[in-house]
Amino acid sequence: MPLLEVNNLSVAFARYAGGFQRRMEQAIVGLDLSVEAGEIVAVIGSSGSGKSLLAHAVLGILPGHAQVTGTIQYDGEPLNERRIAALRGNEIVLVPQSVSFLDPLQRVGAQVRTTARGTDPTATVRSVFKRLRLAEAVGRLFPFQLSGGMARRVLVSTAAVSAARLIVADEPTPGMQAEDVNETLSMLREMADKGSGVLLITHDIEAALRVADKVAVFYAGTTVELAKAADFAGDGSNLRHPYSRALWQALPRNGFKPLPGTQPSQDELPSGCLFAPRCPFATEACSAERPAIREVRGGWTRCFHAS
Amino acid sequence: MLLECRNLAYRYPGGPYVFLGVSLSVASGEAVGLIGPSGCGKTTLGRILAGYAAAAEGTVLLDGKPIPPKGYHPVQMVFQHPEKAVNPRWRLRRTLAESRMPEAAELRRLGIDEAWLDRWPHELSAGELQRICIARALGPRTRFLIADEMTAMLDAITQARIWHAVLAIAKERAIGMLVITHDRALAEAVCDRVVTWDRLSIG
Repeated sequence: MPLLEVNNLSVAFARYAGGFQRRMEQAIVGLDLSVEAGEIVAVIGSSGSGKSLLAHAVLGILPGHAQVTGTIQYDGEPLNERRIAALRGNEIVLVPQSVSFLDPLQRVGAQVRTTARGTDPTATVRSVFKRLRLAEAVGRLFPFQLSGGMARRVLVSTAAVSAARLIVADEPTPGMQAEDVNETLSMLREMADKGSGVLLITHDIEAALRVADKVAVFYAGTTVELAKAADFAGDGSNLRHPYSRALWQALPRNGFKPLPGTQPSQDELPSGCLFAPRCPFATEACSAERPAIREVRGGWTRCFHAS
Repeated sequence: MLLECRNLAYRYPGGPYVFLGVSLSVASGEAVGLIGPSGCGKTTLGRILAGYAAAAEGTVLLDGKPIPPKGYHPVQMVFQHPEKAVNPRWRLRRTLAESRMPEAAELRRLGIDEAWLDRWPHELSAGELQRICIARALGPRTRFLIADEMTAMLDAITQARIWHAVLAIAKERAIGMLVITHDRALAEAVCDRVVTWDRLSIG
């Protein structure tokens, strides 16, 4: 049984476009994903594809006007508002994307200690800070006194000191130098090896592949593919969805190929496959109907033509 | 045309030197990659070259002459966080017009949808906003471009598209570029040569 299972999740927002015109923006569309205990699942995809919203939906911290359908199950039971409120900060922790999630008026050491578990929380915080090359004095600083890279490491340490079973890390590494990226990723890997599940949201594909077991590829608010990390290799021919291949081949070391077109806008989603307008292999069937997710070669994809 | 700096040093008032003795040159039409650890002063070097900050010591020369402090600065910079580089209270048309209004063809080339120009910065994604910042920096009198982690926050496809467009424009207009990045593979894909910070600086 997966630790976290997301089925057919959709998130929409109503936006007022001047006067009384109300438009629905479909930010997440029929999204499926699962994370097993002991596993790191990386979530990659373009900006605006709904990666952070997924994290916020799991943690139950979407803004009040979000309209959510579908199910999120944790440990086999639905993760409703009451349950997540009890688990948040204990069993389920978020490594947020931005330092603005920290309390600006509290010293960072005290904030990190609030999630620390075990007999001696202060010692736990001290050892994690040491590993992440944060001087002990950093604990006495306020968030505004941290550099970008330091702030990232402080955010990561809130998860590392906890005894959480599910860690949702939302872009934990940008702006860090290579050594800190490696240390952060290996800490997440160790937490998974001890039995936690990790959802690692990132746009750094190469970093994610170093530690992830599985990779979910997002496009325009849905999962277009769930692949094994090992499928991202060579020319990308093991990948099942044309968008995953395009993403892989756009990396500087894999050909640096730009894919024309843009992701559809959230208030004008195509009625068929969301990728069809940019897809070199699209046929009439693709714009008529949205493909359901199906199993192909040991992974999952949302494409009529995958084989 | 040659953009060069000689023996640049920088320090915050009353503080220790951030860097010392940095010398570098970029020729027209050339793309030079700059790689170094975070916090070493790469962004500050870019800011000095583009006229946003003054060096404590050393000189910046364009074709052997100092760059005049007034008028359009021939060295333009594109920053890592586009949302911090635009006025949040201006519609993007006004932001773009700060340098000049590009022609429709040029906008298309950078992948800018004309509808974006009537929106506010918070209504665009980081990738969309960064294209606006690039179009603004590529005014007709721009001779050199400093790209400071210009695509670090973007997905690989958006990154490749932006770089292909910028490289083509730079080539046509013989614009020289300094590409600051931590991504060696990217630097090697877009630059004619790559220098590491420890070779530039003595301190």
